[in-house]
Amino acid sequence: MSVAARDARRPFGLAAYLVCLQGIVWRESLRFLHQRERFVSALVRPLVWLFIFAAGFRQTLGVSIIPPYETYVLYDVYITPGLIAMIQLFNGMQSSLSMVYDREMGSMRMLLVSPAPRWFLLTSKLLAGVAVSILQVYAYLVIAYLWEIEPPTWWGYLTILPALALSGLMLGALGMVLSSLIKQLENFAGVMNFVIFPMFFASSALYPLWRVQEGSPWLATVCALNPFTYAVELIRFAFWGKFEPLSFAVVLGCTIVFLAAAVVAYDPSRGMLMRRGGG
Amino acid sequence: MNETMALGGAAAGPAALAVERVSHAYGARKALDDVSFSVRPATFAVLLGLNGAGKSTLFSVITHLYAARAGAVRIFGHDVARQSGAALAELGVVFQSRTLDPDLSVEQNMLYQGALQGIGPRQARARARDLVARMGLADRLKDRVRQLSGGQARRVEIARALLHAPRLVLLDEPTAGLDIKARADILALTRRLVAEDGVGVLWTTHLVDEIRPDDQVVLLHKGRVLADDRAVAVIAAAGADSIGAAFSRLTSGAGEEDA
Repeated sequence: MSVAARDARRPFGLAAYLVCLQGIVWRESLRFLHQRERFVSALVRPLVWLFIFAAGFRQTLGVSIIPPYETYVLYDVYITPGLIAMIQLFNGMQSSLSMVYDREMGSMRMLLVSPAPRWFLLTSKLLAGVAVSILQVYAYLVIAYLWEIEPPTWWGYLTILPALALSGLMLGALGMVLSSLIKQLENFAGVMNFVIFPMFFASSALYPLWRVQEGSPWLATVCALNPFTYAVELIRFAFWGKFEPLSFAVVLGCTIVFLAAAVVAYDPSRGMLMRRGGG
Repeated sequence: MNETMALGGAAAGPAALAVERVSHAYGARKALDDVSFSVRPATFAVLLGLNGAGKSTLFSVITHLYAARAGAVRIFGHDVARQSGAALAELGVVFQSRTLDPDLSVEQNMLYQGALQGIGPRQARARARDLVARMGLADRLKDRVRQLSGGQARRVEIARALLHAPRLVLLDEPTAGLDIKARADILALTRRLVAEDGVGVLWTTHLVDEIRPDDQVVLLHKGRVLADDRAVAVIAAAGADSIGAAFSRLTSGAGEEDA
């Protein structure tokens, strides 16, 4: 067989797009399965919050009846959507920032040399990261279920899925934008300090906004401007089998903006890659 | 060999690679200064230059990582910046850094590459088997890349670059960090691709002993092309007795000009 034995070169059609997307998601999942430590640490982080932080706080912090909840809920139930969003936040930042690794930069270049359009490659890469984050979330939900945290009906496990896909996409796209701005992975600590922590704490993940409002109206405004709040609320309502239009609109809007910014950042003629010298 | 002759004769068509007046700068530092050269189909061309000569920048521009500030790159007539899909479909790349997933098997790495090229798993699997066998690694298909030696991993990367049957293959310092035997193997395999399969190859290196008299040599120094001809002609023009001597004569001359 000749190496150059060629079938007629067909254009990149719909089938090729699907093959490409499938391949990218498949590879990311395989890699994830091989990196047990990553899986464990992704799971341990929210569980520490749940078993230690929430257990301590459930006595001191009562959560009154606020939508979507129709009864008083325990604090561990309240923070579960926040912890789910945290899993996705870390995953989004990590998988995108891993592109900054030199070695990862190599595999990023493998990706970008594909004949598929760049926006499609970046989106596929994001979707692959989202798929992995959803695996992590369901693993967390299994343990939470054993801890007696469950939605009112089993449907919650299904209705949460589209919310997870959208919020994961938003956070992954944000990470991708950041990855084009950051030069070295040592800066992950900086991302922790300046992105992950502020986003997580200045949101409705740990405390309802009306509580924050009582303590500090200024902080409540920050929380209300934080897209992460809407990711948390979208997940919270979806887990309870409900749809929250405002959160949906904000998360969708932010996803589009972040994704567009990521495509611009990785654009060959405008990109940040050029300034870095391409490694 | 007849096939090579036929393909060589068909060189009236578009060049496998045409670099046309490409210039690029990072801020004030000029990395590429009006670089032009072309590689005909089924040719083994060597891009020779020291570290910092501009090879990496040129590589990034050809592989569409970013666009040059001026000039154009065409692969079989397709502009990389404007018709990137058609251009990249003709291009296979072996990057200098290792880009295989060490935890995945050789076959899984190949299937991933197939997917990136829009080739479904069934077709990609069959092609991967043939190509990996040609690289002399038929029995390693199911092994994890981590278990391979440096030279074996490089051969897998070459097989991977060929998966979608490109007519132009770029290799960026493919022998870096390999022992003498592995270097010779990889060089021989690549030359065979040119001779037997009519693949055009651009081979980047700073090692003059990888060059044969008949190879096309593009000498890049400080972002400029100092020579572009068959190795024997470059040697003769420089009045040297070897490509190594020609290289140092030409590059030191350029240094004086700058001073």
